[in-house]
Amino acid sequence: MRPFERIVEEHGARVLRVCRAVVGPIDADDAWSETFLSALTAYPTLTPDSDVQAWLVTIAHRKAIDVLRARARRAIPVGEVPERAGTLGIPDDTAREVWSVVAALPERQRLAVAYHYFGGLPHAATAHLIGGSVESVRRAASDGIAALRKFYVTTERSETS
Amino acid sequence: MTTILDAVERVEPAELARAHDILEKAAGRSGALDVAYRMVDSPLGVLLVAATERGIVRIAFARENHDEVLQNLAEHLSPRILRAPARLDEAARELDEYFTGYRTAFDLPLDLSLSKGFRLTVLEHLLAITYGHTESYTEVAAAAGSPRAVRAVGSACATNPLPVIIPCHRVLRSDGSLGGYLGGLDAKRALLALEAAA
Repeated sequence: MRPFERIVEEHGARVLRVCRAVVGPIDADDAWSETFLSALTAYPTLTPDSDVQAWLVTIAHRKAIDVLRARARRAIPVGEVPERAGTLGIPDDTAREVWSVVAALPERQRLAVAYHYFGGLPHAATAHLIGGSVESVRRAASDGIAALRKFYVTTERSETS
Repeated sequence: MTTILDAVERVEPAELARAHDILEKAAGRSGALDVAYRMVDSPLGVLLVAATERGIVRIAFARENHDEVLQNLAEHLSPRILRAPARLDEAARELDEYFTGYRTAFDLPLDLSLSKGFRLTVLEHLLAITYGHTESYTEVAAAAGSPRAVRAVGSACATNPLPVIIPCHRVLRSDGSLGGYLGGLDAKRALLALEAAA
């Protein structure tokens, strides 16, 4: 079995993308570290033929949902995009817009995009995680991506006009 | 022009480092972290220093191949291994002090679980050889209770999981020549010179 740190090195960035897409940039660090803490604990029981990436995305989903529920209890709107979005390394305004668009996606679309496009899960595995048919997940993912692309086209036009 | 997907996909090293930091602390608190490690710069090159909850368990020279050393720790101790520098701050500080000549003895908890039997007996004896002193392989064999096991003392030194801290560099041939060293003879020479200068 490989040292767990190798797993973190190999999959850390991907899992962070998934966490950001689901919970937004502020809570992503916590969702990410909760995911890897849980994975670290269970790691010795992982079977050698396991798909580590899918295993991590599945844990990330559970942890991200925990974060979303905790946030709902605190009654902070999901769509709120906080100051620290600027740590993305792109101009604050753009980062804010990006995250407000991702956050504004209907939840199924956001999760389908997160797990399929950022997490690399097949639609069937995503369907298993978030419920519904494979076809409905495929549709949610493509609707979500279309909404994100549409935003991009709109900004680019408004910037060039 | 950054596309929205690029922006969402972009992950800066600093962001991962921040998240990793949270993970290290949480893992340390939870007890799920079996082996923590970090790199320590030294005059002998970069040392890998690893610790369990019981104490320092492994120090490795770069020439031992740090990737292979970590892989061995995963197989022989536990794969629950994380880079977690904070747990090893004290060890790094004492090693720094030793290499700059300010420290003549280490005050760190050690985990000797990688060594067994006669090798463990030899290592425990080596801890009694003080700074600036040397013994021959023959003397160490006698002290470990097996005067004829001189070659076994050599292999105990060659497989010492905690070089520098367990001072196998203080063991020489009876004729005063260096013998061997897992960090290379230059490293052994440098350590002996450091201790002779103090």
